[in-house]
Amino acid sequence: MIPLSAYVALSFILFMTGLLGVLIRRNFIIVLMSVEIMLNAANINLVAFSHYLSSMAGQMAALFVIAIAAGEAAVGLAIIIVVFRGKIATNVDQINLLKW
Amino acid sequence: MMMYVLFGYFATVSILSGIFTIALKNPVHCGLSLLSLLLHVAGLFVLLNAEFLFAVQIIVYAGAILVLYLFVLMLLSLKTEEQYLHKKYPFFLFAGVAILAELLILVFQTPYSGAKGTATPEVVLQTGPSHAVGITMFSDYLLLFEIVGVFLLGAIIGAIVLAKTPTGPVPEPTGQRE
Repeated sequence: MIPLSAYVALSFILFMTGLLGVLIRRNFIIVLMSVEIMLNAANINLVAFSHYLSSMAGQMAALFVIAIAAGEAAVGLAIIIVVFRGKIATNVDQINLLKW
Repeated sequence: MMMYVLFGYFATVSILSGIFTIALKNPVHCGLSLLSLLLHVAGLFVLLNAEFLFAVQIIVYAGAILVLYLFVLMLLSLKTEEQYLHKKYPFFLFAGVAILAELLILVFQTPYSGAKGTATPEVVLQTGPSHAVGITMFSDYLLLFEIVGVFLLGAIIGAIVLAKTPTGPVPEPTGQRE
């Protein structure tokens, strides 16, 4: 039986990978992909706890996370298209119109 | 024994593909390594007796969301950039690695326990995992299910409104208004 801490450690490493991606990359689309990595890490955690504690609640939460991820991807990519059409840039440091 | 081998394979490949996703320069390559990550996470779901989530992960994540990303990448035809990292990335890298090390120690020291639920593998396997997920979703989580439906409708409308081609006032054809 694989210990639960192995799953938690795996999901934690994946979460940190995604967080690093959000922080150090400049390309807007790669930043969104890193958010997807973080959501997947959270899913692994939820499903692992659901399995080891014999409860369906974790799997339900993971399903809803996947649904939210789909909505987030659609709206985020639409925003990227709008920003790119305005000839601003796809780099996150150059999109600073709302910064004061 | 087989479980350990499979877990090691899925875990190693998903971590490596996660690192490739944030480290490769070409955005299309990043998307493809994200695909590999999603497929191997789906494999982990099978190890955890979550067959329905395995199917949803493959169909929705790898099939729909990732194709959306690749579509936008091809639509925008981004060039591979020279300076692809954020300006202050060494600072973020250092902070990230420090937090990673500290929390990994915590993860392995914590004794995990909690109140056990009723959905043990024997109970679930009597009717099948997808059946159990469906019964739970449409009884205990019905309100959440409906809320997610409304949320997805809002996301669709928002995406359409945002990405619609802006059409200015149409110039009127001359000479036809006598």
